[in-house]
Amino acid sequence: MDALLLARMQFAANITFHILFPTISIALGWTLLFFRLRWLKTHDDAWLVAYRFWTKVFALTFALGVVSGITMSFQFGTNWPGFMERVGNIAGPLLGYEVLTAFFLEATFLGIMLFGHGKVSERVHLLATFLVAFGTTMSAFWILALNSWMHTPAGYEIRGGEFFVKSWLHVVFNPSLPYRLVHVLLASGLTVAFLIAGVSAWQLLRDKVNLSTAKALRTGLTIGAVLIPLQIVAGDMHGLNTLQHQPQKVAAMEAIWETERGAPLLLFAVPDEASRSNRFEIAVPKMAALILKHDAEGEIRGLNEFPNAHPPVKPLFYGFRIMVGTGMLMLAFSWAGLWLYKRRGWVPAALPRPLLWGLAGMSFSGWVATVAGWYVTEIGRQPFIVYGLVRVDEVASKVPSSMIALTLALYVTVYLALIVAYVSVVRYMAEKPVDLPGGTPGGTADPARALASAAVHPSPGAAS
Amino acid sequence: MTWAEALPVAFLGLMGLAMLTYVVLDGYDLGVGLLLHRASDLQKDTMVASIGPFWDANETWLVLGVGILLIAFPKAHGMVLGALYLPVALMLLGLMLRGVAFDFRVKAQDGHKPLWNFAFFAGSGIAAASQGWMLGRYITGLAEGWVFVAFAAVIALLLPAAYVLLGASWLVMKTEGDLQKQAVRWAKLAWPPVVLGMGLISLATPWVSDTVRARWFSMPAFIALLPIPLTTLAALLGVRVVLNSKHVLGRLCWLPFALLVAVFLLGAIGLAYSLFPYVVMDKLTVWQAASATESLAVIAVGCAVTVPAIAGYTVFSYRVFRGKAKALTYA
Repeated sequence: MDALLLARMQFAANITFHILFPTISIALGWTLLFFRLRWLKTHDDAWLVAYRFWTKVFALTFALGVVSGITMSFQFGTNWPGFMERVGNIAGPLLGYEVLTAFFLEATFLGIMLFGHGKVSERVHLLATFLVAFGTTMSAFWILALNSWMHTPAGYEIRGGEFFVKSWLHVVFNPSLPYRLVHVLLASGLTVAFLIAGVSAWQLLRDKVNLSTAKALRTGLTIGAVLIPLQIVAGDMHGLNTLQHQPQKVAAMEAIWETERGAPLLLFAVPDEASRSNRFEIAVPKMAALILKHDAEGEIRGLNEFPNAHPPVKPLFYGFRIMVGTGMLMLAFSWAGLWLYKRRGWVPAALPRPLLWGLAGMSFSGWVATVAGWYVTEIGRQPFIVYGLVRVDEVASKVPSSMIALTLALYVTVYLALIVAYVSVVRYMAEKPVDLPGGTPGGTADPARALASAAVHPSPGAAS
Repeated sequence: MTWAEALPVAFLGLMGLAMLTYVVLDGYDLGVGLLLHRASDLQKDTMVASIGPFWDANETWLVLGVGILLIAFPKAHGMVLGALYLPVALMLLGLMLRGVAFDFRVKAQDGHKPLWNFAFFAGSGIAAASQGWMLGRYITGLAEGWVFVAFAAVIALLLPAAYVLLGASWLVMKTEGDLQKQAVRWAKLAWPPVVLGMGLISLATPWVSDTVRARWFSMPAFIALLPIPLTTLAALLGVRVVLNSKHVLGRLCWLPFALLVAVFLLGAIGLAYSLFPYVVMDKLTVWQAASATESLAVIAVGCAVTVPAIAGYTVFSYRVFRGKAKALTYA
């Protein structure tokens, strides 16, 4: 295998592993703030139990996000040295602002958020929780500003092969940023919604229900049911934006080879790049044109208009269908689940087991949709690293391929082991009985007293 | 010096400061990690609790340091990290194991705890040794030849030892009772190899690098610079003296750590003096490696606002968790 492909695989492996955890921690931070505020307002211990359990998941998730993020900060340079040499004037400040305004904020206040009870006032603690959630969101903003700029570059000029900034406003708020940012943040919300609903369903199935299960299930289903229609609309708008700026990406997503009017929507097909056609097509007539142009006779440019400058078709075609398919399942399960749950009077035990199994099975469906969508958009930029301007092979490193292969193998081994460990530990924690700060479940109902006891109550192995 | 010339130097200073902060802060974390396998199970929990609220933010200084290298000196970034590809990857894997072990060791099944404790220890060791190796390679400007490789190998052993000393003095400061006494013993054990190693490095560096020799061993620079090694030596001797005093368990518990921070600071000043104006010794100066002035200016504005804020809330966080480490609990 050549060094370029290995470097791409290594970067892809790392970024895939990394994105799993921020996708959870961004929305989970806000959810924790919600749980905490609910508890302070209602004094209902169910919210406190939910807060404590999901704080543990948050801490674990955050740690995995941090360590894989550090790896990424190195791999920008080690894998794509030419990228920083050519577009460093643009990418550098965006990454710099991410470190300065987001990383330190979230990492420092995380300590206070996790372990600061009793050491700071409830107000300062809430502020710390807010700053952590805000920091993760800021982090998403800056990295997506850079990522979006790589898809829809704006506000720059090129002198002697090097990029210089003409307008920071145009660089940061480039044409695809609003759509991508909304799409990614909603994806984070959905990932967390289904994780919370799925873990709660698992507790019900395994008879490991605790005080928080019913409320957590309702929260997860509600967030999911509210966000999924928004995500479908946002995704549609993002698609239209992509069609405008990166037509070959959309052509590959829909496997449209020749420019045509009224293109059909392919529900299934096997795109064949050698013959430049599809086999085994199952199509809905005119549907692609209707979705993409909002006009049944709209014209969509085909892949053959972009010789040697369009992305590989199969990963985009399948990746897009996996993402959309997962989204449809999310729609079905969150709406059906919420409707049934309401009809059964919010009694979780009354929910049909097939529904619970479905929800439990979808605990990590957000990961599937996020990674599939991410592959569509990133592989869809190939063969460019900065769309239309800089090709990936121009900026790759000169490191020998054997070295990249060795480190790739090491990274992938560790990543797989850590994913397995993460999922099994979340499951293990979900099945463990929870204690209130006071000691016995259902003990203290007074937030102020609970706080005081939480501060001084040493329980070895309770946390880290 | 014009504005365009001064800006890269300012970033070099900030990068040096970020790296030094990282080495001191994550240095004590890694040192504690390296001592973990020598402690009892209960002590392990307290040791991890003493660094639990801080390690995330401590590691972020590495991201800032490497970030500035990447952003402000992209050419140096490519040269250094390209040449150190393998040790960088090993360090990252080490940091990864150490970082996730923080959480897994208390959240996984009890039976898995020893495994994660080992990952914590091994990750700390791999990261520390890789950093030492990289430092050794970097000081000599990534020069080729067995002498330089041997030099790097020695530092790959020395830096973990220095981290152990730092970590032990952190525990002297942050713990009490048996663990604190144990930490004093650990610090005493780590002290001789660290002093010996630092002496060797100080002698070997001018020997392996002509540039460093010319900088330090010429009159009157030699006399003017003498305070740096002498203060370093005095601080190291001070650490040993304090470790012997009974007050190290009481009101002077902070002193070994503070003196060691001074040693690291003096080492960084010495290194900076040896290198400047090179970013990569004898190969690339700070001005050759720098990005466009406009871009540096944009980040400089951000740094001017955020770095003081970061310093402020970092101090706040250390104040919140001041005093002896207690078992960590969520609430």
